[in-house]
Amino acid sequence: MSTATTSSLSHGTATSLPPARKPRPVAEFLSTYVFSKDHKVIGLQFLFSTLLWFLIGGLLALAVRWQVAWPWSDVPVLGKLFAQQGGQMAPEFYTMLFTMHASVMIFLVIIPILAGAFGNFLIPLMIGADDMAFPTLNMLSYWFMWPAFACFGASFFVEGGAASGGWTSYPTLSTNPASSPSSGMGQTLWLLGLTFVGVSSMLGSVNYMTTIILMRAPGMTMFRLPMTIWGMFITAILQAFALPVLTAAGFMQLADRMFGTGFFSPEGNVVNNAIAGAGGGQPLLWQHLFWFYSHPAVYIMILPAMGMVSDILTVFARKPLFGYRPMVYSVAGIAGLGFIVWGHHMFMSGMNPALGITFMVSTMMIALPSAVKTFNWLGTLWGGKIEFTTSMLFALSFVSMFIIGGLSGIFMAATPVDIFIHDTYFIVAHFHYVLFAGTAMGVWAAIYFWFPKMFGRTMNEFWGKAHFFLTFIFLNGTFFTMHILGAVGFPRRLADAYHYETFHHLQPLNAFMTWCAIGMVSCQIIFAINFFWSMFFGPVAGRNPWNANTLEWTAPSPPGHGNFDFQPVVYRGPYEYSVPGVEKDHLMQTDPPNAAAAAAAAASH
Amino acid sequence: MSRLSGIFWSLLFLAVPVLGVATFAVAPAYDIWLPKDVSEHGPAIDGLFMFILVLTGVVFIVTEMLLFWFIWKYDASQVKGPATYIHGSHVLEVVWTIIPAATLLFLAIYQMNTWADVKMRRPAMAPTVEVVARQFEWRLRYPGRDGVLGTRDDLFLTNDLHVPVDEDVLIQLKSMDVLHSFFLPNLRIKQDAVPGMKIPVWFKAKETGQFDIVCAELCGWGHYKMKGRITVESRADFDRWLEETYARQEATQPAPEDVAASAAE
Repeated sequence: MSTATTSSLSHGTATSLPPARKPRPVAEFLSTYVFSKDHKVIGLQFLFSTLLWFLIGGLLALAVRWQVAWPWSDVPVLGKLFAQQGGQMAPEFYTMLFTMHASVMIFLVIIPILAGAFGNFLIPLMIGADDMAFPTLNMLSYWFMWPAFACFGASFFVEGGAASGGWTSYPTLSTNPASSPSSGMGQTLWLLGLTFVGVSSMLGSVNYMTTIILMRAPGMTMFRLPMTIWGMFITAILQAFALPVLTAAGFMQLADRMFGTGFFSPEGNVVNNAIAGAGGGQPLLWQHLFWFYSHPAVYIMILPAMGMVSDILTVFARKPLFGYRPMVYSVAGIAGLGFIVWGHHMFMSGMNPALGITFMVSTMMIALPSAVKTFNWLGTLWGGKIEFTTSMLFALSFVSMFIIGGLSGIFMAATPVDIFIHDTYFIVAHFHYVLFAGTAMGVWAAIYFWFPKMFGRTMNEFWGKAHFFLTFIFLNGTFFTMHILGAVGFPRRLADAYHYETFHHLQPLNAFMTWCAIGMVSCQIIFAINFFWSMFFGPVAGRNPWNANTLEWTAPSPPGHGNFDFQPVVYRGPYEYSVPGVEKDHLMQTDPPNAAAAAAAAASH
Repeated sequence: MSRLSGIFWSLLFLAVPVLGVATFAVAPAYDIWLPKDVSEHGPAIDGLFMFILVLTGVVFIVTEMLLFWFIWKYDASQVKGPATYIHGSHVLEVVWTIIPAATLLFLAIYQMNTWADVKMRRPAMAPTVEVVARQFEWRLRYPGRDGVLGTRDDLFLTNDLHVPVDEDVLIQLKSMDVLHSFFLPNLRIKQDAVPGMKIPVWFKAKETGQFDIVCAELCGWGHYKMKGRITVESRADFDRWLEETYARQEATQPAPEDVAASAAE
């Protein structure tokens, strides 16, 4: 029962008995299930927490969509909170809704589910290690999320409500308490919550980098790692370099708000007829610091999903990944270029317009590695033997939807076009396609795929496909027409746009989109029931229900402490499917060397 | 059954390019498209938008159709024998790296001039008006009879911006409190107003008419109602309007029509 950092060879030796101990049930329970240092338990803790916040973030989005579709109408359920306004949502409440929807989704869902849930669960298993390099640090990285949950959660109930200056939190709206009701306690709690998320992420990223570099099984060279691990590894590096800038910016904003500093406030700022403060600062400074992190953050929010999708596609197409090295270089290219494009969020900000040229060029170029990856996914499918499991359907839809999200980015990279579409629904369409239709679909693919390894049972395929089909239809109904809305110039973050002549005719389309959004969130109940029911009553899965190649499928389902019941030794890359001359249609990474396979592999490179 | 399900899923993915293109094709018929543009630089922006739309549209159709085709054709229930054992193709990698790179680089260079025209090549002229954004209104300040902005005889009003047609207009954009953004959809103009900064915005309107001013940067609870109107009119009409509005500002007694209007409210 040790939390294993020793080699798994020392487990199960018949000659030693464990020392006798007095039973301590509460302490045992706490250290096994609550403050566990086992990466698998920590991964599942992240998974359950983030899925719960996913629901909360989705409900916030539905409230946003309600207001956009039927402004000032009586809100169902929530309307009781607004009894004084006849059930109407107040405009400041609306600004809180979209702020917290984005903040929750980005910081409490997508980033932790990719790195915290899947990174944690999969990294040691896929590289052949018995746990992470720093198990205690790992446990802390989960528990640092709880103060963040508390801060964000509590902020809804403080005076002035939760933060409402946008998830981007631009000064001076966010720094000056007189500028908005929530720019008091709500904004402070937001900043504190963000700091805790940052600490959690940093602890995680240090752990992942060290583990992947130092704890790979014998034979597992870097270029035999599955793309999931490459995605997690490069994401961890991104986190380590980008996050400190956000943390510093967060402290500067806290200081502006609490200690009277003026990092972001100019002189002579008058808000609500009140002189704001000492000044001497620049609002644009926040934008640069914030986006220096938040642009790499968007790659943090997709690279792990791209890696997992790559792996899932090969399993269910029964084919090697097309262009493994170009795929690895593309991930590295996206990450590297991701550090020099942040200004594209600031084309209209008032920064020196010459920067509109430099950032435009780098942003155009970052489309290239994403395009290369898309072509390689298509190449992986070509000539395959495709099995339409639920997981595969979600993975295929990732490719399909990422094409849309990626191509729409080119419009906003073009600075003259951005003059018109900046801060319109065109931008909203773009990031929902990459983050929801992309990453979230990738996450579902991963859940259906690795569920048997996590819980020892498979999820129901019929209901999985029903979940996929309904989600796919409704998400496109909700988000695709946002591109068209953006073409009209329909602005973001407006509680009511229809009193403008330019936008007055767009209410019926928005109502349609809201109905689709309601459908999309409602059909997640199918997933929730399938998920929990299958955990206890689903068909028992063996070690390798998908006949996949990577190391986690050699371990029991679910794996015990130490993961493997024999020392994994790796003889080949992860994508040896349909190898000629070999009877089985796949060769696992740990299968002993095979002359026919080696000859075939050499011939096909 | 297995082939039926393969057909079903393939057709679902086929719906993506079909409905995607259909949406863009049908939307203009419902007037859900780029709004009317009356500016001189607008056609360059709209032209670039359309060029990118065609380019990305072609890529979209080709890649999504390939995805559909591969899903349709390589359905396991349809494939006899094993999948094709191949790890990649150097030639393909080179081709599909060079072609997109060249296209993107071309696109980048092609648009630099338009950006420079709108945001870098300021006309040498005195400002027509100063626009100061404030929670939740657009404060306007025109130079008075002395033609100099910032003197005692300036004209002050809110939300009712007038500019002459067929002439360069230079706006000095400021903010009193928080970030706002000066967005004129029908003139393809957008510029954030930043407290502590004075930012020039210029354009030339080619047609008369009345159009929206929209705030395009979250500025608080009233962001949605920070609405202005821009009136583009002939130089003669503009001068007359300036005179009338200035006279009203300088009058020591309220005008009869204003008294009647107040009583009616």
